[in-house]
Order: sequence, then structure tokens, then C-alpha cells
Amino acid sequence: MFSAYLDFIRIRFLMMLAYRVNYYSGILIYTLNIGVYYFTWQAIYGSQQTLGGFTVDQMTTYVAVSWMARAFYFNNLDREIANDIRDGSVAIQFIRPYNYVFVKMMQGLGEGLFRLLLFMGPGMIIACILFPVKLPTDPAAWTAFLFMLLMSFLINSQINIFTGLLSFFVENNEGMMRMKRVLVDLFSGVIVPISLFPGWLSGIMKFLPFQAITFLPSSVFTGRIQGTGIWQVLGIQLLWFAILILPIFLMWRSARHRLFVQGG
Amino acid sequence: MLAIDVKDLRKEFNVQKNREGVKGAMLDLFRREYNKVRAVKDISFQIPKGEICGYIGENGAGKSTTIKMLTGILVPTSGDIRVNGYVPYQEREKFVRGIGVVFGQRSQLWWDIGVIESFQLLRKVYRVPEAEFKKRLDELVERLQLQDLLNRPVRKLSLGQRMRCELVASLLHNPSILFLDEPTIGLDIVVKTEIREFLKQMNQRYETTILLTTHDLQDIEALCSRVIMLDDGRIIYDGGLDELKAKWGKGREVQFQFAAPFQLEQLEFLTAGLEVAWSVENEYTAKVWIPLEVNVSDVLSRVVGTTEITDIKIIETNTDDIVREIYKSGSAEESKLHLLGEEKVSNV
Repeated sequence: MFSAYLDFIRIRFLMMLAYRVNYYSGILIYTLNIGVYYFTWQAIYGSQQTLGGFTVDQMTTYVAVSWMARAFYFNNLDREIANDIRDGSVAIQFIRPYNYVFVKMMQGLGEGLFRLLLFMGPGMIIACILFPVKLPTDPAAWTAFLFMLLMSFLINSQINIFTGLLSFFVENNEGMMRMKRVLVDLFSGVIVPISLFPGWLSGIMKFLPFQAITFLPSSVFTGRIQGTGIWQVLGIQLLWFAILILPIFLMWRSARHRLFVQGG
Repeated sequence: MLAIDVKDLRKEFNVQKNREGVKGAMLDLFRREYNKVRAVKDISFQIPKGEICGYIGENGAGKSTTIKMLTGILVPTSGDIRVNGYVPYQEREKFVRGIGVVFGQRSQLWWDIGVIESFQLLRKVYRVPEAEFKKRLDELVERLQLQDLLNRPVRKLSLGQRMRCELVASLLHNPSILFLDEPTIGLDIVVKTEIREFLKQMNQRYETTILLTTHDLQDIEALCSRVIMLDDGRIIYDGGLDELKAKWGKGREVQFQFAAPFQLEQLEFLTAGLEVAWSVENEYTAKVWIPLEVNVSDVLSRVVGTTEITDIKIIETNTDDIVREIYKSGSAEESKLHLLGEEKVSNV
């Protein structure tokens, strides 16, 4: 059974590879995104040396690393699930001896690996050449980051799956999915690091799962969080992962009873 | 041994009520109202192992809903289901290993990857041993002539090709029960025949129990020894196809072609005393409708001796007509009851 789940990763990977134009434009888009934020921050800094404890170089690196992370954790699982539910093809998922949520997770992982290796790898190399990005050289930092990246993926996918499953309960899930996307991009710290938020807002953020997706791992990787703080970040990630299992489990269970297969 | 055992099965859906106008829409924002619709109304039936059973009914009669409950997709509102010894929705993952399902209107193959990749993936999902898989696949591929299609992506297959692949996909794990929901919808006659032949052979060789819903009664005539007919969520007929014809087929029609123009009065005179009805087709052709109680030969003997006839055709009511008749009368009879039932439910 496990090998079947692994196969879902592989097949999603192959499917992504099948669309070549998508692939090449993807690399370009990721490099452009880093570039756009680099120049934006340059303009914001102006003649200032630091902003919210970030130097210009640190900020550049933070932006690059955050986008690298985003390449891996980002997926459209919410949309895929919502579509499956809306057009009724979720019925097919129920006649297979596997867990639909796990399968979706695996497909997301396949997509994430694809983006990480084939979009972000080349994109990052280009970004390192063009902009002053300073990546750590300590292998321990890389190891910790890769593990945190996996946790980012899990937490973000859980939020996506949760949003997608809402389609079982609301007529049109489009609004929810848009809201989620904006929330995640804004509050995870991809666009603006959370330490630059006003005090009250960054206070609220401490009680939400979003910062565990980008801000915390990127802070560790850029060296802003060190020592025991690293373990704390890991703890927060693991905690959110565990907390988010519960609503998904409950939703999935009650969805089984609410399922109304559309289109006959 | 029973393959399927259903008792007092019921399924109700909450259907959202949209109130009228802007005011209604605003009210809907805050408090939704729902109508309870009963799609399947306390049906019971049993299907023994190895039987091919046809499940027919008009659109919206509750066929697909029943199939979805039998396959563990939907959870019933009340009643008992046992399929293959399992309660489908309870032990879903274990249960679905023993069944195969084909939905004519939905693909279970992965759209973007090659057919063989889909099959390989299903092999892993169902944990079929490699050797057994190869043997089965070879047999199925040869039987349904899929050799040239295996490496094509599913989205590039024609409907007929896809349908044959769907069948293979549903049979790779050698299920003992096969559910087919409109498997021949939209297919041309050649593919239809091929699929019917194939299903018959599967049933004979492996004793696969097959439950199929269809709108094409030729599927039923070619395959099924038994028919369950559903109307408005209730079973209105359960039994053999021949009995169905005998019970509902009300008579036969004989068409005569005469050598010379005929007089209707003369024909009616010839058959006086028999309860038959003549109708004129054209100058040379007339039809007589003969109820079941009257022998066709009696009518023939009276007409044939006295008039010169160039052609005789006996037309039996076909299943399509019978079923159309039943649908019509069945719903006409129960429309009042149906309305009463709806009202009662919405008060609950």
C-alpha cells in the first residue's frame, strides 16, 4: 500500500513534467518574483541601513529563501479537492481502497518536489548570481531547514485540505479559497516578514499557524533564530501539525454522511 | 450465498431551498431552508452470487443513489445493506477490494497518464501480486483488444476505447461483484455488443455477480436473467424478464398486406366475435391488435382463407414499449401518494 502512495508522488511529478512550457515559464516566474521583491525592498530601505532588525542583505536573503520554501510548500490541493467535490468525481475516490486525504497529500508532495528541484533549483542559482543572496554554509542549518520545509509543506497542505473539504458544507467555496490564499501569503511572511508587522498584529500571529509555514523556518535559515530557538520553532511546527489533524479528521468523517454526489 | 442483501434501504437528501427575489436571497444568507427529498424509499432485494441483475428506472428514480450506497460511496439514512458480507460504508477500505465499479459518466483512470500507468497504479492500490496482475491484464487486453491503446494517455482515447479500459480497470483485482452504472451510455452498437459479450463471458467464467443500471433495454435483454425496476424510489417490479413481458405485454399486432384494396367492414365482419381491433394503414395494408386472451392463429385462419394476402407480419410488443408503459402508469398511479409523502417529510 505504501508503494502505491509513493507512486502518487512519482506520477504527479511526471504529470508536471509533461507540460514543458509551464516548466520553463515557472523558472522565470520564480526568479522574477524574487527580483521584484528585491527591488521593492531596496526602494523601501532607501538610505536606511536596517529595518525591523533586518539589513538589506539579510532581507534579500530572507526573500529568496522564503520563495524557495514557497515553491515547495505551495500547492493547489484546496482547488483540486473543491473541484472533485463539485463535479462529483470524489465518488470515484470512495470506491478505492485508499485514503483520499493521504493521496492528495502525496500528490501535493510530488508537485512540491517538482517545483523545488526543477523551478526553484535553477531559479535560486539565477537569483544568487543576480542579487546579493547569502545562503548559509553550515550543513546543520541546511538539514534543519529541509526538515522544517517538510513541516511547512505539511501544515500548508493541511490548511489547503481543510479549505478544500469545506466544499462539502458550502455551496460555493470560491470565496473561502481566495481568502485562504491571501491569508497564507500575507500572514506566513512571504510578502512581508512578520517582525515588520505592527506589534498587536504580530502578537496575534503567534497564535495562528501561518507563521510556521514561512516566517519561522526562514528566520532559522537566515540565522535570525539560533540555538535553542531552533528547537522552539520545530516544536511550534510539530504542534500545529498535530492540532490541524483533528479538524480535518472530523470534517472528513462528517463529509461521508453529507456527501451528495452531484451529476447523478 | 447472497452477494447483495438489502433490507428497508432508505436515503434522504437535504436539498437547499432558494427563496425568491432579493429579499429571499438576503434571508437565505442568514438562514437556509432545506427540503428533505427521499430518493430511495425503503427498498429490499437480494441478489445471489453469480447472477446478472438489471436495475432499471427512469432518470431520477433512485438507481444511481442505490448503486452509490451499495458501493459504500453514500451512507444510507436507514436500513441494512450487506454486500459480499460487508456493510459497505463501515469497512469501506476492506470492502472495496472485493468489488469493481464502472460509472459510465465518470472516468476512474488518471486523465494525463498512459493507460498502462493507470493500470500499474491500480495494481499497487489494490495490492495485486505482479504475476497475477500480468496474467489478468494479458487476458483482459486480449479479450477487449486494447493492445494498441496501452501507451496512450487516457484523454486521447475515444469514448468506446475509454469504456473498455474502464472495464479492465474495474476488473484487475478480480472482484467478485461488479457494479456497472450505465456502462454502455453513448457507445456505438459494435462496442456495445462487444462489451455485452465480454460481460457475459466474465460472468460465466468467474461467477462474477453483476448489477447493472442502464437505459438501454437491449443490455438487459442480452445479459440479465432478472430485472429490478424502480420508480420514484420504490421497487415496482422484481423478477424475470420473460415474466415481465408476459405480465405487462398486453397483446400482439398482426399486419396484413392484401393483394387488392380491402374494405374495413369486411375484415371486421370476418373476425366478428373475437375481441380484436382493426386499423387501416393504407389502401392495401391493415393492422389488427390482438389481446393476449385471443389466439393469433384464430384470427389468421379467419382472414387468410377468404382474402388474398401478399404479406403477414406479427409484431410483439418489445421491452421498450412495455417499460415505457410501466413508467407511464406507475408514475401516474403514484403521483398523488408521492405528493402526500413529500408534505409529510417536510413537516418533520
